[in-house]
Amino acid sequence: MLQEFADWVTYTVLGLGQNSPLASSIDFFVYDSIKVTVMLAIIVFGVAIIRSFITPQKVKKWVAGRTEGLGNILAAILGIPTPFCSCSAVPLFIGFVESGVPLGITFSFLIASPLINEVAAAMLLAMFGWEIAVLYIISGLVIAIIAGIIIGRLRLESEVEEFVYKCKIPDSAEKVMPWKDRLIYAKNESRDITLKVLPYILLGIAIGAVIHGYAPADFLVNIAGKNNPLAVPIAVLIGIPLYSNAAGMIPIMEVLTAKGMAMGTALAFMMAVIGLSLPEMIILRKVIKIKLLAIFAAILFISFTLTGYLFNAVLG
Amino acid sequence: MVRIEVLGMGCENCRRLMSNVEAAVRQLGIAVDIKKVEDIAAIMERGVMLLPAIIVDGKLRVSGRVADVPEIKRILTGGT
Repeated sequence: MLQEFADWVTYTVLGLGQNSPLASSIDFFVYDSIKVTVMLAIIVFGVAIIRSFITPQKVKKWVAGRTEGLGNILAAILGIPTPFCSCSAVPLFIGFVESGVPLGITFSFLIASPLINEVAAAMLLAMFGWEIAVLYIISGLVIAIIAGIIIGRLRLESEVEEFVYKCKIPDSAEKVMPWKDRLIYAKNESRDITLKVLPYILLGIAIGAVIHGYAPADFLVNIAGKNNPLAVPIAVLIGIPLYSNAAGMIPIMEVLTAKGMAMGTALAFMMAVIGLSLPEMIILRKVIKIKLLAIFAAILFISFTLTGYLFNAVLG
Repeated sequence: MVRIEVLGMGCENCRRLMSNVEAAVRQLGIAVDIKKVEDIAAIMERGVMLLPAIIVDGKLRVSGRVADVPEIKRILTGGT
């Protein structure tokens, strides 16, 4: 139905001839932007309902008494619906460590939260299908769990700035939200987040549409195809310092993969962009010493690269 | 006088929240005491983990998102 609408806009309303690159670009743009927007609004609403039950204070209590393994798994899962702006990384970190959550479990949460988010999942679902969306969520969880366990095992407690251990945080009382408020909250979140990322989606799809209509299909095969083993680490290396949201990234990814970029390489690049950024590292430097920061970044670099290789092999 | 504290560590969202608070106060034309809290220790003392945040008269009203001007006006005029 949606495809028919896009065809109708392109060929009937705009009167463009079949098979021209411009028509192909516009058809693609109309179809993709409507599909992605609707799906995004629905998924963000659902996740916001879940989020209304989960606050950092609760996460902290739930993971505080856990041992390695179970604690990391729990922290990574709870990180999915709990997003934070990069500057919240510091208060979250202090809050967790101060209340006795082990360092490794804290990192599992800090890695999962930005790495796995509903906007990216919704867009992957809309543009690549459920298999890729599920693969993204599961690999994000595995990375967050394993990276957290490794950081925990390395016993790097001394690489945390001393003042973090001296912080005392008052327990803030939380009021229970009635269901009516949860629905209002979810509706507002869905509207706000969708509207906020919409310009990026449209821009991304527009850029994608141009490439879609004009670039030859095997354009990227040699540079970023499966047969170039260096493509994955280079994509991750470029992606890590970049700070962008998933919303603008994924439409371009869709086109890059259509033009010959290997799917694993594209996913690894996306994870590097959203999972870690230079602003976040600079802000984390306030609470952890440079050695731990470097270990953290290195572990993520290796994880994203391995994930890229794995997917390139599996999705072949 | 209403005491407003805007908590943030100077990121883009924190700046947007601050300017929304200032706009809301201007539109309401009320006398308030706005304080920007950027020190980590001071933020932690208030028990806030999600930034940016707004505390009005000692009560946490917004945390982890950029509230828009109408919402801040509702909060300041005593609504929920």
